[in-house]
Order: sequence, then C-alpha cells, then structure tokens
Amino acid sequence: MTVETLGLTAERCVELLDAREVSCRELVEAYLDRIGAHDGDFNAFVRTRRDLALAEADAFDRDGRSGLQGVPIALKDILCTRGEETTAGSRILAGHKPMYDAGAVTRVKNAGMIPLGKTNMDEFAMGSSTEHSAYGVTHNPWDPTRVPGGSSGGSAAAVAAGFAPLALGTDTGGSIRQPAALCGVVGLKPTYGAVSRHGLIAFGSSLDQVGPFALTVRDAALAFATIAGRDHCDSTSVELSEPVRIPDREDLAGVRIGVPTKLLDQGVEPGVRASFDASLEVAEGLGASVSEVELPHAHHGLPAYYLIAPAEASANLARFDGVRYGLRLEEPGDTVVDMYGRTRSSGFGAEVKRRIMLGTYVLSAGYYDAYYGTALKVRTLIRQDFDRAFGDVDVIAMPASPTVAFTIGERVDDPWAMYACDVLTVPLNLAGLPGISIPCGLSEELPVGLQLAGPPFSENRLLDAAHAMERALQFDPVPPRLGQGVA
Amino acid sequence: MAKLANLSLDEAEVDRMATQLSGILEHVDALSTLDLTGVPPTSHPLPLVNLTRPDRSRPSWPLDEVLEGAPDVADNMFRVPPTS
Amino acid sequence: MSDWEPVIGLEIHVQLNTETKMFCCCENRYGADPNTLTCPLCLGHPGVLPLINQAAVDRAIKIGLALNSQVAESCRFHRKNYFYPDSPKAYQISQYDEPICSGGHLEVDGTSIGITRAHLEEDAAKLVHAGGEAGRIAGAEHSLVDFNRCGTPLVEIVTEPDIRSPEQATRFLSLLKNTLQTIGVSDCDMEKGSLRCDANVSVRPAGATEFGTKTELKNMNSFKFLAEGMAAEIERQIGVLESGGTVEQETLHYDPRTGALRSLRSKEEAHDYRYFPEPDLVPLAPSAELIERLRGELPELPAGRIARFERDYSLPEQYAVDLNADAGVADYFEQVAELAGDPKAAADWVINQPTAVAAVPASGLAGIVKLVNGGTITATIAKQVYGLLEETPDADPVVLVEEQGLASIGGDDELMGMVDEVIEANPALVEQFRGGKDGVVNALVGQVMKKTQGRADARKVQDLFRSRL
Repeated sequence: MTVETLGLTAERCVELLDAREVSCRELVEAYLDRIGAHDGDFNAFVRTRRDLALAEADAFDRDGRSGLQGVPIALKDILCTRGEETTAGSRILAGHKPMYDAGAVTRVKNAGMIPLGKTNMDEFAMGSSTEHSAYGVTHNPWDPTRVPGGSSGGSAAAVAAGFAPLALGTDTGGSIRQPAALCGVVGLKPTYGAVSRHGLIAFGSSLDQVGPFALTVRDAALAFATIAGRDHCDSTSVELSEPVRIPDREDLAGVRIGVPTKLLDQGVEPGVRASFDASLEVAEGLGASVSEVELPHAHHGLPAYYLIAPAEASANLARFDGVRYGLRLEEPGDTVVDMYGRTRSSGFGAEVKRRIMLGTYVLSAGYYDAYYGTALKVRTLIRQDFDRAFGDVDVIAMPASPTVAFTIGERVDDPWAMYACDVLTVPLNLAGLPGISIPCGLSEELPVGLQLAGPPFSENRLLDAAHAMERALQFDPVPPRLGQGVA
Repeated sequence: MAKLANLSLDEAEVDRMATQLSGILEHVDALSTLDLTGVPPTSHPLPLVNLTRPDRSRPSWPLDEVLEGAPDVADNMFRVPPTS
Repeated sequence: MSDWEPVIGLEIHVQLNTETKMFCCCENRYGADPNTLTCPLCLGHPGVLPLINQAAVDRAIKIGLALNSQVAESCRFHRKNYFYPDSPKAYQISQYDEPICSGGHLEVDGTSIGITRAHLEEDAAKLVHAGGEAGRIAGAEHSLVDFNRCGTPLVEIVTEPDIRSPEQATRFLSLLKNTLQTIGVSDCDMEKGSLRCDANVSVRPAGATEFGTKTELKNMNSFKFLAEGMAAEIERQIGVLESGGTVEQETLHYDPRTGALRSLRSKEEAHDYRYFPEPDLVPLAPSAELIERLRGELPELPAGRIARFERDYSLPEQYAVDLNADAGVADYFEQVAELAGDPKAAADWVINQPTAVAAVPASGLAGIVKLVNGGTITATIAKQVYGLLEETPDADPVVLVEEQGLASIGGDDELMGMVDEVIEANPALVEQFRGGKDGVVNALVGQVMKKTQGRADARKVQDLFRSRL
C-alpha cells in the first residue's frame, strides 16, 4: 500500500502502524520516496539515510513496536548524530562525523523514532531564510521562489512538503517559530533549559533551544514530550515541573490573552496584521479575553540580541580551526595562524564571518561595557517586562513574523533587513521564555503564523491554547500547489 | 578584528564588511540612550546555582575514534604547522 | 645592589589531584600514551558542554581556607578567549572578576605575604615542538598536540607583590608547596608540571613606595631555576635603571643553561582576552555547611606546625622550618621523637640524614636514639648501626648491635688497659702532650678508638688519658 504522506500527522502514523494498516517499512519508504521524488524542488534535506532508516523500520516490523516507535522524523543538521555526517550548514564541517549523539537525538532514538535524514539550515543557525547554507538554498513549499524562513528552514519545509511528519529544529532568535510561520506548520520553542543542548552545535549558548516542527499542536506536544527534561550532560538543562500533556481542550474559557500592540506597530505588514487580528477574534469566540499589554523594552530586543548572540557565537565558533576535525587548508610555509586564517576564511560563509567579527568587536577591550554589558542589562529589562505582563495575562499573542515569506535573494545582501525578521521572536529568546507558532491564516496566499508566548515552563498552557485555536482556525497545512493531502 | 578572530579577509571583503558592520552598529547604538543605572545584567535566563557532577571517571574515547576525522596526525598526536 | 629593592609577586598554577578533569569525566592522570585520556569535551568538539567537577571546587575551597582567604558567596566562570593549538575551544574556561577565593596570606620567616586571589580554571593541552633544532619553539617544522592534559583542573594562586628577594620567593613557594601537599589537593611536582610558577619582577629604590615597571618571568620548572631567573632579571633591571634606561614591560624566558633572559612577548602584543561570563555554566555558591565541612577536613597546616614544633619540642626556628620541608618529613620526625623520647636528637638525625625518611622506619631510628641515650652505643657506632638499618630496614637495632658486637666498651678497667697500651706504644706523642701540645691528645684518643673499632666513648677516653698524663 502506498501511503500518502502529505498532511499525514504523527498521531495518524501511530494509528496506522498500531492497526497494522501499514508496515513500518511501507511508512518510512513512502516518506523516503517522496523525498527522492520531490526534494529536488525544495532542498529541504542535506542528506538522507535510506538504508539505515529502512533497516530500523524492518527491525520494528520483525520484533514488534508500540507508541512512537517507527514514526519518521527529520533532524536539523546542527544536531550531532553519532557516526553520521553533521555539518551545521557549513563547509568547515563538511565530512565531519560526530563521536556522539546529541541529547535530543538520543531521546528521539530511544523513543524508537526513525530519523530520515538531516535538514538544511542557515550556516551555524545564523540567518532567517536558509539562504546562508553552504549546501544550497531551501525553497518554500508554498512558493518555491520564496524562502522558507530560517535558520531551521529545511526542517520546516520538510514537514510542510510531506517529507516527514515531525522534525527537530533549533531556535536562537526565532529560528523555529519564524520558519514555522512562513511554511504554515507548527513550531515550538521550549523554555530555555527544557531541552538538552548537549550535541547542539552552539551558536548563542544562552539563547539556543531545540524544538519540534509538526503539522498539528498535538503532534508537537508528542515530540516535545519525547525530548524534554534534564540531561546530566547539560548543566543548563532542568527537569520539567510537570509532565507534558497532550492537549485536547477546545475552548479558551478563562484564558487571558495579552497583545503588545505598540510592538506590532513597528514593521508588521498589513496582510499579516489583518490575519493576526482575525485570529484574535476567533480566540474571543472561544471564550478568551484579549487585552493590551505593555512590553516597553521589547523593541530593544533586536539590537540587544544582535550584540549578545554574535558575541557568544564568536567564542563558540572559534574552535573551528582545522586542528582536530573538519576542514583544514594549509600551504607549505604556513604558520599555525596562517592555517587558521586560511581554513576559517574559506570554511565560513559571509554571514558567519560578519557575526564573528561583530561578536569579537563587542567583546573587545574598551567596548564590553558599551555593547555587550549594556545588552545584558537590556535583557534584564525585557525579562522584567514579561514578568510584569504575565501578572495580568496568561498568554501573550503576536505574529511570529512581521512578513510572509519573502522572495529568495530579496534580503540576503542587506543584513539589517534580514535581522528585522526576528523583531517579534528574539524577545522570548532573551527572556528564556517558551513560544509556539501555529498557522492562523493566509496573506497573499502565503501562511501567517500566530505566536503564543508564556511564562517559564508554561508549555502545557501554550499547547492547550494553541490546540484550541488550531481546531477553530481549521487551517489546511498542505500547500495547495503540492496537491491534495490526507488532512 | 579579523586578526583577533583569525579570519583572513581580502581588501574588498574588509571594505564590504566594515560598511555592513557600521550599519549594524548604528542600529545598535539606540541602546546607549537607555538609562540602565541599577539594572543587573542577565547572562543566564535560568536562576540556577551549584550544578556540579561527582568526581567519577568514565572510560575515555578510543584513540582511533579520536584521531579519525583529524586533518593531520603524526605519532598519535594532532600535527599543526609551527607556531611561529 | 643594596640601593635597590626587588619587588616580586608570584602567579602559581597548581594541578589538582582529582580523579577526573575539571569539566569532563576523563581520567586526570599523568604519563598516559598521547590522546588516550580524551573525549569530545576536552577535545573541544562541536556541541559539547562543560560539567563542573565538585571535587575540584572542594579542593579550591580548601586551598583558600589554608591560605586564610575569603571563600566567595557566589562566583562564576568566564571564557578567556585566545587562539593557540593547545586550546581546543580557542577559549579557556577560567574565572575573571568573580574568583572562588579572594584575599589571604601566608607567613614566611615572620613576614606576611599577601594572597590576592585563587581561582579555578582548566589546563591547556601539551604542545610538542618537533623538527627544527632539538624540540625548541624557534625554527620548528611543526608541532604535535597531545590533549591528555587538556582540561586538568587548575587553581591559579596570585600573590601580592610582597616578596622582596628571590630567596624569600623560594621559601614562600616551599611553604606553599608543603601546605598544598599537606591538605592533599595536589602532588605539587614541578618536574611533572603539577606546580608551575611565574614571577612578576620589578625593582625600586630602597625606601620608595611606588612600584617600578614589572616584567613577567615564565616557565621555570624548578625552585632553583626560578631563583636564578629572578636574580638574573633583578640584576638586569638594576643595570638598565642605573645606566639611565627604562624597564620595558615584557614577558621573559630564563634559560638555565646559559643564564640568559629572552623576551617572549612585549606589551603591544598583549592579548585581548575578551572575557565574558560562561553561558554554559551556572554560578557556584558554596554553602556555609560545605565550607565548614571542608575546613574540618583540613589537617594541621605547615605554618601552624612549625610554630608548634618550636613551642612543644623547644626547637630552634630553623630546625622547625627544616623539619617542615614537607608533611612526610614532619610526620616522620614526630614519630621518631615520640618513640625515642628525645625530640632534639630526633631532629638532629632527621635533618642530617634526610634519606632516613624513606630508608629507615621511624621505630628503627628511634631505637638507635634510645641506644645512644642509654649509653649502649657511641655516636660513632650509631652511624654504623644506621647504615645496617638502611640495608635491612625491618631489623631491630638492639638485635643488630648484639649480633654485630657493637656495644660500647665503657668499662673503666678495660679502657684504662688500652690507654696504658697506647701510652707505652707512643712515647713521642706523650712527650709532646706533656710538653704543652694539648691537641695531641686527640691522636692518642684516635688510637684507642681504632683499637675498639669506635665502640669506646671518645670523651671518656680523653679524660682517662688526661688523668694518666
């Protein structure tokens, strides 16, 4: 039986497998075949692992399975997979095979999920369009002339295009939520510390988090439950205060939603705003009360982020020196410093170099206080704004992206225009708060994402609210140009 | 800065980078107008302390795995060009 | 030289003797085959995160307590960013403006040497310069990196510039080494690199209050070379100043083979380390309970032990200091003193026969002391018995003396007999003695000593001669 994977949720995969309507192998093969047939148009995957995936599926068919075992998943190529190439979208790690699995990958594997391959991304997670990869641009399944968002563009596109029911990405300044919005899928950035960063190739250490992409909020909850929780290999990870609940409530009675209207007045395009406002009305229809909240410093989040993230990145990326792994370029007569320069200049793309330079500068002698030190204080103010706001509301709602998907090439040469994509997402990274993006409508026939944010470790609350909204909004996540899905 | 970061850029790159970075820093300068007296810095979103591990050893990685993937190896050590 | 006052401050790196490294679970062991004690963490692979070793934190606190420092209520780690092949992450996780211990002091020769701070950090890898001339940096064809050492826990101790001579510096270091060994945090072996010391050296006119420009002396791997290096640098700086020049701030290397000082790095090339708080680690906040428990685990410290030896054993200061060269020697001395009931004799033995500590059990040496004090053997014979004990350390000195027939000949008649024999056999010497050459009696005594194979009491024999003559 050929399985239609477009619009096929993980929950439905489990039902089909449990009922033996489809074997593991048939399911995995269906996804792999679709990737083989269509990913040439999108470049969502950097590489697939067909033989290994099918062998794992065969084992489940032979020995039996339950729960999420046998459900396929795609992994952003920033997550270390033992013995399997992991490049973080960069030439400098071409051919690099990690000696260990990332914490999140271990949990995915322990749950029996079957990784189909590694997805494309902006190099070292620095970007909002997946145009800065050394392995080609990823195209948006809704319109291949447009970007899927970034940096987890490959994972978002994979789920939107029916190449995987679930995918893992990472979010440092919006890199899960923004591509989820641009591709019309669900993307969850957990609270900082909820998921292990062990094996996540570091970009902004105090900002990075691993999170799931899915077609539905319930699927996202399933994936989150699999990867969340304290990992002793990561001192900055914590145990969740309550287990992850798979949401089923379909109303929002008693939920207070806050909207930081002033923040939205800056740069949100009219079509996105209209879609967002319409979704708020839907929320009210479900029993929520919507009010305005003040986040007076949130708009300073973008400059603060573009000081903190590059600073941390400049240190995190300094280890790529060609000594122990990855690319090395050396000429006879080179000193080790020559070799460093050659290797790094050739191995890193322009955006990465830009951020390393910026980061080096803001940490350098005489500038620390003015730039990095200042940004750390602004971060405190932003967090305090949120703490105050959550005293009055349960959930804060904003669009996940100020625009719908823009065309490929449109912003790639203007760094600040690209950085502006993150204005509504970075405040959550700075404050360490959880946020989920669900598709809430279309503008110019392209998806718009509704972002819901909550206090630390309020993922269950967010999942409940998002699920109720999803049910009411009835958004079809299958891009029309790809044909009819199962949804 | 390029030297500190060990990036060897050619002249054209240096010019382009300098312009782009100046542009970014202009946007960032808005922060200097804020009154931040008495505001403590947040380098860490979580209010955790004292996360340590016991002093118990684990087997180290096998030598062949450690050296596999290394660009240049000699005598079971990583070879690098001279430091000066 | 007396117009100038040297001003010295020390930066000491101590490798802690924990089971595992500072931030990963690899074994912390010296001497293994290259790169066999490594993992993705200490190799600086992508995606790995440091994990603080609690035992290293405990040891750092103990060091602070032993140095009378203040243990921080809260402290954190910082990244110190620099590129070098021995630094796999291109940053070292260290502590910057929030060290785990601040302040403190250690008394040396009655002078209080101030401690500025002590902080935790990780050690770098080992770089072997190959090719070129005999493994030196200059002219090397390439370098080889061994990451076994990378990540070893270090405590860096910085002193105030309170030291005033190279000799005082080595005495301070000796006491510090002993203290650290006594509290069990490190084996402090300079040859293995578990104790490393750099010196900041400057000079100023005697009596001045302002400091002169200081230079940094690095990589001297023994107390002797350290003292030599400091002395050479002091002399050099005095020479520069006396000829009207100014001292440049720079980093120097002292070559003990040639006595030459070579510049490694000048101020202009000083690193900008771009310190920022380590985002992968949360702060440390040692509780009062932890600190008190660790304080309770501290044994008697050398400084205190020196004072106690002077007081309880009535030993002169220099004796007390020498006996506290290290904890092993001090322990040994106390055992011997107690078993023999004679601290002064025990002190003499241990100081004059330093090999005893390793060669002869305390009970054995104490036995010898008792035999001498009891008159059973002479001081001369005692040395012989000691020699025998070195060969058979488990033997009982009493038994040895009996078996070898080494007991003193003390009987007056027997001795007198020999005295008379010698007098008869040496008329010329007797004449000289009677003629006023008093020193000649020693030659006469010597002959009796030879007859008795050293088993007679020399002073007694001398008295007998004098009474006869």
